[in-house]
Amino acid sequence: MHIAVENLTKRFGAVCANNRLTISFAAGQIHGVLGENGAGKSTLMKLLAGFIQPDEGRIVFDNTPRRLRGPGDALVAGVGMVHQEPLDIPAFTVLENLLCAAPPGVFRSRRAAQTALLELAERLGFPVDPAARLDQLTIGQRQQVEIMRLLLCGAQVLILDEPTTGITAAQARALFAALRQIAAEGRTVLFVSHKLEEVAELCHTVTVLRNGQVVPPGQLPMPQPQEYLLELMFGEAGAAPPIYRPLPVIDAPPVWELRNVTVRSGALQLVDLNHRFAAGRIIGLAGLDGSGQQVLLRLLAGQLAPDRGQVLVNGRDLTGAGSLAFRQAGVEYLPADRLHDGMIGALSLADHFALLQHGGLMVDRRRAEELARRAIADYQIKATPITPIAALSGGNQQRAMLALIPPNARGILAEQPARGLDVASARAIWGRLQARRDNGCCVIFSSPDLDEIMEYSDEVIVCFAGRIGPPIPRALLSASRLAELIGGVGFDALVDVAR
Amino acid sequence: MRTNRLKFAANVTRPLLALAAAFALTSLALLSTGVSPLEAYRLVLFGAFSTPVRLSDMIMLAAPLLLCAVGLSITFAGGLYNLGVEGQMIAGAIAAMVPLRLWPDWPPILLWVLAGLSGAAGGALWALLIGALRRYAGVSEIFAGLGMNFLASGLTFYMVLGPWRRQTSASLSGTDLLPRELWLPTLDRLRLAPAAPVIALIALAVVWWALTKTRWGLEVRAVGLNPAAAARLGVAADRRMAETLAACGALAGIAGMLQVVAVHHALISNISSGIGLLGLLVALLARADPRWLLPIAVAFASFTVGSIQLPLTLGIDSAIAGVLQGALVLFALVSRARRS
Amino acid sequence: MEQLWIDLAAVLAAASPLVIAAMGETLSERAGVINLSLDGTMLLAAMTGFAVALTTGNLALGFAAAALVGAAVAAVLGLFSLTLGQSQTAVGFVLALLCTDLSSFLGAPFARVPGPAVPFTPIPVLADLPVLGTLFFRHDPVIYASFLIVPATAYLLYGTRLGLIVRALGERPAAAYARGVDVTRWRYAMLVAGGALVGIAGAAFSLDLKQGWSYRHTFGSGWIVLAIVIFGGWRPWRVALGCYLFAALEIVATRSQSALPNIPTQIVQVAPFVLMIFVLALVNLASSPAAMRRVATLPQIWQRPLLSAINRLRATAPAALGQPFERP
Repeated sequence: MHIAVENLTKRFGAVCANNRLTISFAAGQIHGVLGENGAGKSTLMKLLAGFIQPDEGRIVFDNTPRRLRGPGDALVAGVGMVHQEPLDIPAFTVLENLLCAAPPGVFRSRRAAQTALLELAERLGFPVDPAARLDQLTIGQRQQVEIMRLLLCGAQVLILDEPTTGITAAQARALFAALRQIAAEGRTVLFVSHKLEEVAELCHTVTVLRNGQVVPPGQLPMPQPQEYLLELMFGEAGAAPPIYRPLPVIDAPPVWELRNVTVRSGALQLVDLNHRFAAGRIIGLAGLDGSGQQVLLRLLAGQLAPDRGQVLVNGRDLTGAGSLAFRQAGVEYLPADRLHDGMIGALSLADHFALLQHGGLMVDRRRAEELARRAIADYQIKATPITPIAALSGGNQQRAMLALIPPNARGILAEQPARGLDVASARAIWGRLQARRDNGCCVIFSSPDLDEIMEYSDEVIVCFAGRIGPPIPRALLSASRLAELIGGVGFDALVDVAR
Repeated sequence: MRTNRLKFAANVTRPLLALAAAFALTSLALLSTGVSPLEAYRLVLFGAFSTPVRLSDMIMLAAPLLLCAVGLSITFAGGLYNLGVEGQMIAGAIAAMVPLRLWPDWPPILLWVLAGLSGAAGGALWALLIGALRRYAGVSEIFAGLGMNFLASGLTFYMVLGPWRRQTSASLSGTDLLPRELWLPTLDRLRLAPAAPVIALIALAVVWWALTKTRWGLEVRAVGLNPAAAARLGVAADRRMAETLAACGALAGIAGMLQVVAVHHALISNISSGIGLLGLLVALLARADPRWLLPIAVAFASFTVGSIQLPLTLGIDSAIAGVLQGALVLFALVSRARRS
Repeated sequence: MEQLWIDLAAVLAAASPLVIAAMGETLSERAGVINLSLDGTMLLAAMTGFAVALTTGNLALGFAAAALVGAAVAAVLGLFSLTLGQSQTAVGFVLALLCTDLSSFLGAPFARVPGPAVPFTPIPVLADLPVLGTLFFRHDPVIYASFLIVPATAYLLYGTRLGLIVRALGERPAAAYARGVDVTRWRYAMLVAGGALVGIAGAAFSLDLKQGWSYRHTFGSGWIVLAIVIFGGWRPWRVALGCYLFAALEIVATRSQSALPNIPTQIVQVAPFVLMIFVLALVNLASSPAAMRRVATLPQIWQRPLLSAINRLRATAPAALGQPFERP
């Protein structure tokens, strides 16, 4: 199916995410859509898949203008979208997930659906067990299931949003082969990514978005020189090469020390951890979703008590002491979901500073407002001391969360610190975290974005299937090597070398 | 300017619309029985103010009602639906009976203080059991509270028919009356014991101050809005939740104590008389603002007292007061929905 | 021995309104909506069903009216929570109290009036079977319906396409929406259908199990049904088992009265309610992380059977239960 958009515009508040876009995508090809975070790729894809509706302009499928009121309309029209985290039902089996709300007449029976699924899986080279529960599968496997579901439901256009984030190298190869097959059968594939190499390897055409617009207007045939595409994506400046700095040797006791720790959370168990996390560095935790990063962070924050072993903070044994004791010892935990468990949406920044006051029967409101004012100036937060946190933008919320870290914090644990932020905000946040590091903090963060890990870590720890690798100095690591390690390639050897 | 005026208009008209809808629903129920709604409303709305006796009855109902509602505004601030308030009131009443029965010859003032303390402790303990069920056994406070309500009413039946039964013969109607000198002193020939409303008003003032001015109140509200985030910011969330439950239980327990020493002068099987659940409605209606607790508690108490005359004068059931109270809260919820 | 079968048959009969109401609540909660108004709804429906059957002399009309009342209350809950975005808990609780008082007020003229009742209808031939006949085929149509509704609910949830959609609404409404399902409309549908069942359960009290109408006629059964649905882990067969367990407790309680004459009736009557809450607490305790950690320290031979038992006991709520759904 041939799809096109004409003068498509979508605004979110003051931000124009898509500004009068006019593009078309031919059938039977794989189209790359490139752009840095916040360039407007996801907005365009959500418009095409019916998740959001345009403010202006129109969407045309096979020369017929379409009004999509929801993703159901889009699927009936033949457009299916695979999200970064597949929109499936984790409590269902693969087969149930396939049958759930399938268009009428597509599957006559459970058996017919199973046969069709297995046949397609064979053709695309995806191994699948129809009876497996989705919450037992990896993100990569769930993505395969979702692709097959959309195809079986009649999708002629497949939109994939950053599909290689969080899947293994082998799964990515299988995915690419399958996508080529799907395009060869006459369908249209839209491949959204900010990774040049993948687009170069896979796509027939490329469309580059910057600040909500197509640059230059229209599609480009592939191949294109890499420098040219980089310039289109980032403007004149291009991507600055990362600066390496030697890691300082620090005499102070490690911020965290784990001695023979075994900890479990749900089905995942981390066994016999022995680690020392020194002050004055940023440590990136890389790994697929659910490989153990989250468990490790929660262990270090005192939210999970170990089954065995000792957890020391600044040389003090805090095994099983609870998150409040960890906090008092100088550990700060920054969750990924800022409003869900980071801050209290209905309260203001001044209220938050008041909460941090210790002792005393009454709240010292004047002092709290004074601190809030100072934080607003220091961190360039767009708010007043009494604005509810929920009314702030994501970037301002994240800055507020950083401003609330007490000055005496020794260890900062951050889950995806730049999640959902535009490029400028993300850089500002990282500037703050680096300043903390330079003041002697140990910052440990997890991120599904390998570029972020490579750019900001002093050391990288790879988590694979519930195993925690040794810290690798960033200077000794390449992006491709990291991608392999995350998928488990060479992970055993790495652990052996460390021993 | 224009939007401000519109907002003001909306803020005034929406509650009025809610009021109108609630009366419309109640009128419909009244019409179905064939009585004149106006006649019924005259009794329900103003009956409580018609004679000094009724007025004093209303105040004696409003006092425990306000105590419960004030307590519940603490648990609401802490994010908990304390449906167990009824049981906490009963537990308070039973606990208050203990010193009164053990040492009836002690000076009354000492006994009242003891009964108050013991009632507060009983209610708080009963509430903490709910907290423990929620914290350690993962039973939502709603069902834990309901279970504890059933348990408390079972306990009352046991006390009334068992250890504390009447000397003449065990009866569901309650224990023997307390000695006259232990009754909380009343105004001349009325049933109004001034101490009861005074205690309730003091509780209202203290709780309003604690919730809005103190660190503790800020922490409680933070926990109520988002326990995970509050814990991350260093608030002992579990502790605060337990404290809100205990505080609410203590106030409900004092309400139970008042039922014993100031209203019934005995432990009766229906000592709580649904006042706790009515308090939940009051607290839900006033939720945004503790200053509304007093007028709403007085209004609801006067509906209930006023409706008592309905069966005799108009031959209809007094439950219409409950219908009006429920409808008011229901439509108030909707009017708030539109605002946000 | 014969007495045992008769007792068990009495349990099956006594549980019938609970089973019907619990299946209704299971349906709405599986779709992600908590109908906390259950107790009030059942009372109002019981009163309406009895009043309609009494005045028209037609039992079927009575049940239909009760179902309508249940559906209407559920629709009001839906309007306030699904459409207007108020807390399901708050609206449900207020509706529970409101409907209770409404039933007392409107039902006053019908209190303690003798009225029609569902007739005893043993099924020919089958009723004469040994044991099975006593247990299952010597009842009345309402009780037969309560037998059928459990497999029907289980089949609906686990055997049909509709069931997949219903469960998706409770597990991950965003995924259902992505598949073109109108989340709010379907949640309404399940809430109203469940409410109708709750209404029928109310009539099963006033027209069958406890014939007639009196003030607070169902004695708090609605609240216990809510607890039983959690206890049953939102799975129809287990929920039904919970209902039968509760009915058995009630019957044992009444029987034990003659054996223990010192304990007053009223205490015995509240015992099953309290027991049910504590059983719920025990089940949750057994599957808590602390208990799991304790199990992990046991020898290997013990771990496996214990873990599988705990997994079977554990009741996981639908992931999106009680949460509002907002279109992206």
